[in-house]
Amino acid sequence: MKHLRAMFLAPSVFFTVVLFLIPLTIIVSYSLRTRGVYGGVVDPWTIENYARLFDPLYGMIMVRSVFMSLAATALCLLAGFPTALFIVRNEKHKSLLLNLIMLPFWTSFLVRTYAWMFLLRDTGLINSALIAMGIIKEPLPLLYNETAVIVGLVYGYLPFAVLPIFSNLERLDKALLEAAADLGAKPWETMFHVVLPLCAPGLRAAGVLVFIPCLGAYLTPDLLGGGKSIMIGNLIQNQFTTARDWPFGSAISLALMAGVMVLLIVLIRRDGEEAL
Amino acid sequence: MRPLTWFAVGIYAFLHVPLLILCAFSFNSSRFTIWEEFSLEWYRQMFTDAQLGEEALNSLLIAAASTVLATVIGTLCSYGLWKKQAKWLSGSLYLSLVTPEIISGISLLAFFQWAFRHWQFQLGMHTVILAHVAFSISYVVLVVMARLRTAEPALEEAALDLGANEWQAFWLVTLPMLRPGIMAAALLAFTVSFDDYVITSLVAGVDSETLPMVLYAMARRGANPVVSAISALIFVGFGALILISERLQKT
Repeated sequence: MKHLRAMFLAPSVFFTVVLFLIPLTIIVSYSLRTRGVYGGVVDPWTIENYARLFDPLYGMIMVRSVFMSLAATALCLLAGFPTALFIVRNEKHKSLLLNLIMLPFWTSFLVRTYAWMFLLRDTGLINSALIAMGIIKEPLPLLYNETAVIVGLVYGYLPFAVLPIFSNLERLDKALLEAAADLGAKPWETMFHVVLPLCAPGLRAAGVLVFIPCLGAYLTPDLLGGGKSIMIGNLIQNQFTTARDWPFGSAISLALMAGVMVLLIVLIRRDGEEAL
Repeated sequence: MRPLTWFAVGIYAFLHVPLLILCAFSFNSSRFTIWEEFSLEWYRQMFTDAQLGEEALNSLLIAAASTVLATVIGTLCSYGLWKKQAKWLSGSLYLSLVTPEIISGISLLAFFQWAFRHWQFQLGMHTVILAHVAFSISYVVLVVMARLRTAEPALEEAALDLGANEWQAFWLVTLPMLRPGIMAAALLAFTVSFDDYVITSLVAGVDSETLPMVLYAMARRGANPVVSAISALIFVGFGALILISERLQKT
């Protein structure tokens, strides 16, 4: 068995080591070096790239990314919980309703983002319709701002919130709800004192599953945010392309990576590995 | 209707109406977002654009190649991990799943650039395929593993007791059982590969422009009904693919 298993694992070990772990190691080493005159990576070794993370110019972008991701996550949970509740209560059409939540997820992310550009731009559907109805004269600046980015993030990652909440709600012991009702709790009291607390693990998992991709988002802020609403992902891309400062770009990447890992470790410590 | 139902209707509308509107307006004769009349002009432009065809072909080739490779490698890997855990490997695969795409992209770019200094090769289709295999394996393992968790190890033991060797036990007993999971995994690998823009744009060469890269460039440039037409086609194409695969899995 040993030989067969080793042969089976060999290709994935190769790909994981060569195309994931070694590239990450290179990024770690670049983050500790200096930018060359023509944009290359040169010695001496330094930790200056990490110090620059606290430069207000870049710090602002990071803080803003965190706040925008938090806003998108909060909206996803607020929208996802009632939706999951609705699906659980519709025993008959459960799988259809779940598939409908997942359907946009199977469509190209780029197409989904473009759909919002189509709606929000100055000559987009919303502005054209409002002008045609005579409600406004000049188009409203709907695209290229932080609100547009948050809407795009919620649109992109809402399915990630609905699924864990749904599976949590489904495992809920119905007897507890009946007990609460028998003991005289009103429906909203049952909701706040029984259902929500029991749903906390699902809500935490949903929050983390939405927050992580939001924090690392690149396409959404790039296409819907324009130049003024860039997030960490855009900052990294910029350092590796236009700015040609690979060491600094690497340091930002590792800071982002560290944030993602801390979140996951905290969640797994609290709720166990099955939480995700 | 009760408030909860209204709320859910609103959420479903939020998820689906933007895409439906986009599809509908791809049949509009006007360039602008005011409905004029039904027209297939943008579809005609799309199908007669030679460059677009080439890039769509690139995307299909890359997706097909990386799907086959990632599905085989990922399935073998899941089976190996099912037999005996390897914490560091499953941990690395999980980590690659949660790594933001932009970080996977720049680290692969840095790796390829570094490798170019030692061996003579350039960015192109092969680097894109390698990158896609690398990020697809963890999706495949995720899906196939979920299936294996419900599998019964006793069946293989029975096959071994009855004189099958380990290879036969895998090939004739466990693999057929995994077929629906493997198909679902392949479908997922295909869609993430076909859709990927962030990683691809960083590791693609001049000869390996893909459909998402053109879509991105066109979307950046401004309103373009051809983008709506391509989007509608991708939407319908992916939808058909999922329906077909669900049918196949049931039979």
